[in-house]
Amino acid sequence: MGRFVPLILLAVAVGLYFLLPYNLAFLTRILIMVLLVLSLDLVLGYAGIATLGQAAMYGAGAYAAGLFAIHVWADPLAGLVAGAVAGAILALVSGLVILRAQGLTVIMLTIAVAQICAEIANRARDITGGADGLRGIRMDPVLGLFEFDFVGQVGYWYALIVVAVIFCFLMVLGRSSFGLSLRGIHESPARMGAIGVSVYWRRVAAYTIGGAIAGIAGALTAQITQLVSLETFAFVLSAEALIMLILGGTGRLYGAAIGTFVFMWAHHTAASNDPFNWLFVIGAMVLAVVFLLPKGLISMPAALTQIFKGGRDAGT
Amino acid sequence: MQGPESKGLEVRGLSKHFGGLTVSENIDLDLPPGARKALIGPNGAGKSTFANLVTGILPPSSGTIRFDGEDISALNEPARVRRGIAKTFQITTLFPSLSVRENIRMPVIERKRLGYSMLRAANGDAGTEAEVQTLIDQFELGPLAERPVDSLAYGQQRLVEMALTLALKPRVLILDEPAAGVPSSETHLIVEAIERLPKDLAVLVIEHDMDLVFRVANSIIVLVAGQILTEGTPQQIAGDARVRELYLGGAHG
Ligand SMILES: Nc1ncnc2c1ncn2[C@@H]1O[C@H](COP(=O)(O)OP(=O)(O)OP(=O)(O)O)[C@@H](O)[C@H]1O
Ligand SMILES: [Mg+2]
Repeated sequence: MGRFVPLILLAVAVGLYFLLPYNLAFLTRILIMVLLVLSLDLVLGYAGIATLGQAAMYGAGAYAAGLFAIHVWADPLAGLVAGAVAGAILALVSGLVILRAQGLTVIMLTIAVAQICAEIANRARDITGGADGLRGIRMDPVLGLFEFDFVGQVGYWYALIVVAVIFCFLMVLGRSSFGLSLRGIHESPARMGAIGVSVYWRRVAAYTIGGAIAGIAGALTAQITQLVSLETFAFVLSAEALIMLILGGTGRLYGAAIGTFVFMWAHHTAASNDPFNWLFVIGAMVLAVVFLLPKGLISMPAALTQIFKGGRDAGT
Repeated sequence: MQGPESKGLEVRGLSKHFGGLTVSENIDLDLPPGARKALIGPNGAGKSTFANLVTGILPPSSGTIRFDGEDISALNEPARVRRGIAKTFQITTLFPSLSVRENIRMPVIERKRLGYSMLRAANGDAGTEAEVQTLIDQFELGPLAERPVDSLAYGQQRLVEMALTLALKPRVLILDEPAAGVPSSETHLIVEAIERLPKDLAVLVIEHDMDLVFRVANSIIVLVAGQILTEGTPQQIAGDARVRELYLGGAHG
């Protein structure tokens, strides 16, 4: 079944473009968030690295792509590469330290890295614009052909194609020898050591690739919204990405996409209906999923089948 | 092939303390290519600890470990494994939700240094798959091959544990109670697997099952309270009064 889910998701993404032509900015934000959550799925769902600081690489990618466009070259694809490189370097350097630690310390360190990045961006006003954000990003047309428009049509297709390409890459990666070894580390680090794998270096590699992908997500934001703010490093962003991943289900990629879509949609709808209490809606939704579908929304079909067959322990 | 200078594993003066507790004390042990030795001793004698010191899971308090003349004491576990020193775990340590086939595939991939290959499917290498299948057949795991290992009976998991380690094609192999928990109807698979190991492989079996020890080992080392009490042929050990008293005592009166 899982084989067709990515195609269905792609069809939904294309359909939404036509159904909601005036919400493209919001839909694009979802796509970019999907990419960030996918990077988290690689790091957490596959490699088992507990992180609450994935926004660090996202922010680094956003600033790198923004600065690159302003000072070097405004080509979007080149900007994505700049974002990926920035995210990868930050993940590599911080990962070398973070991944030496265990358990809660890892989480604390990932949070700290994002905070430090935010503080650096805040202090380096002359370069980053500080608390006002990085402004003045003007992108060239994509491939020299497609100019970013006000409605956000080009932005949407651009983001969708980038997300789809990276989704495919992650699908291939997940089935590769490297992907298998990440699952091995997740299941039993002790056994991985005993078959000659340096768990540390394997994790550093996964963290770096995840960083590159988060950096690309950040670069997309910078290019499409033409603005980079300190919020890109925010703890809330890392935490929400984690909730979206858990909501959808880890280690499956499409869980990341579904969780992000559902979370952001609920957030959007609840916040516009009731600006003061929307957090309750989100909270209730997350609790419901965690208790009823511990493996995330992706386990819903199996759980429903169980219920209709009269099974008692649905979803477990 | 190993040259004439190949000396295998040489352990000298190996000690391990946990706080005030001495678990290994001044152990000397040789495991040349082709060795078939057994390490026996009462519960808590320090047998598993010794295995963990040799494979690098635990750092020793003092002493040296040499492999083919090279001091490997400072190497970590993965580095020693890549040099060919491997062990099975006394407490089965597998990838619980992966299938038997995936479990066995993992060490083959790593032995071939393909662990960083990101674009080729893990099951896409014919040579690897053939090797995995051979091990599955050897341990009669064929009907279970696609099942997650945590759904297998404990005895079958022990067989997977052994297959996983053999997949590394080690040059020194330590088996920590390979038959513990394996139903007697299946212990022959363990014995046969040991008998079928390459002749120049150095093997150390830690085992309480004396029948198995006598079948596979031509030399037995007795460890008591972290120290080597004696080493000898199965006949010598069986006839040793101290060993009978300490270890075989109850059963043989
Ligand atoms: N990490 C540790 N910290 C403290 N003490 C330990 C540790 N590991 C083992 N020990 C102690 O060292 C002693 C030897 O343990 P070990 O597991 O090596 O014995 P063993 O000979 O393998 O026993 P068994 O036959 O039961 O497997 C035991 O007293 C054990 O409690
Ligand atoms: Mg033991």
